[in-house]
Amino acid sequence: MISLEFIPHYKLSGLDAEEKIKLILKSVKQNRIVLIQGRLNREEEAELIKQTMKSINDNFTGIEPAIFYPEIKKEGSILTYLREKLINLFLADRQGLTLIGPASIVKEIRQDPDKLQLYIDLELKKSKSKKSKSSNLSKKSKRK
Amino acid sequence: MFDGIKSVFRRLFSKIFKRKKSMKLGLYGPPNGGKTTLANRICLDWLGEEMGVVSNIPHETREINVKEQITAKYEDKELTFNLVDTPGIATKIDYEDFVKAGLDEETAKERAKEATQGIIDAIKWLDDMDIVIVVLDSTKDPMNQVNITILGNLQARGIPVIIAANKIDLKKSNVKRIEKVFPQYKIVGISAKYGKNMDELYKALFEMVK
Repeated sequence: MISLEFIPHYKLSGLDAEEKIKLILKSVKQNRIVLIQGRLNREEEAELIKQTMKSINDNFTGIEPAIFYPEIKKEGSILTYLREKLINLFLADRQGLTLIGPASIVKEIRQDPDKLQLYIDLELKKSKSKKSKSSNLSKKSKRK
Repeated sequence: MFDGIKSVFRRLFSKIFKRKKSMKLGLYGPPNGGKTTLANRICLDWLGEEMGVVSNIPHETREINVKEQITAKYEDKELTFNLVDTPGIATKIDYEDFVKAGLDEETAKERAKEATQGIIDAIKWLDDMDIVIVVLDSTKDPMNQVNITILGNLQARGIPVIIAANKIDLKKSNVKRIEKVFPQYKIVGISAKYGKNMDELYKALFEMVK
């Protein structure tokens, strides 16, 4: 069974970078795929890699992350462009999506503008030595 | 956020008061992109000797390696820098991958441990760089979070970046795909292994620091 945990923006908004990453990694280490409303900033992304590296051992091999940033449409009128710029300014890191899975389960996340694909290993770490089957789980992402 | 602002200010003050000793040119990127091969090529071109060991097993470089005082020339200009070769940045390390590559379990575990520390060090050193060449394997899809995180962090720190789309000697090489994903960066297709298009890379480097 694959467990997906959703973390709404308000749950992370009051936390500093270290606390955010601790909370995320706690869930990921329990073999859950974490879906976060909003995104980490660039420094937090780097910190997430550092903290992940510090946590790696025989049972935890790391993470597979994907952070989706909202794109400002270049087509359309100048008003549409300015409106989207303004929304970006006010919503800041609340926009976008962050998906982080344990590397033992999520082999790869492929992103393109309209969809994201998770390549999942259905067998968990404890049976890693056995030959494992892979599956392809495709999910449409909604972009604001 | 604070670290980024601090870094930008430090760079600004360093430029104003000309305190900077030597320019640091960093080689960053995911594992097996060819950073050490490029470091070796640059050292061969300007010093006549290689810098580090290259291998097909990922995470061959697990420590920061610095080659000091390299003077490169392009047309009538000269540029002296310290070349910093960094371990490949990844979000996962499984010692079993090293076992599959032929290492015994104990060596594989030790390599995994060293590789994790290498990644932490590489990220810590980001702040010290004056200019960075991000080395990507042009045969692979560049759209992944590690590449985005490296480039985003360099941008946040105000560090100039050149992307070296390496391995253009291989059939599967696709420099256009990298240009499409990262249109805002200067991208130069090279083969570090065979020294192909290195002049273009040096030209881009000189243009970036002028």
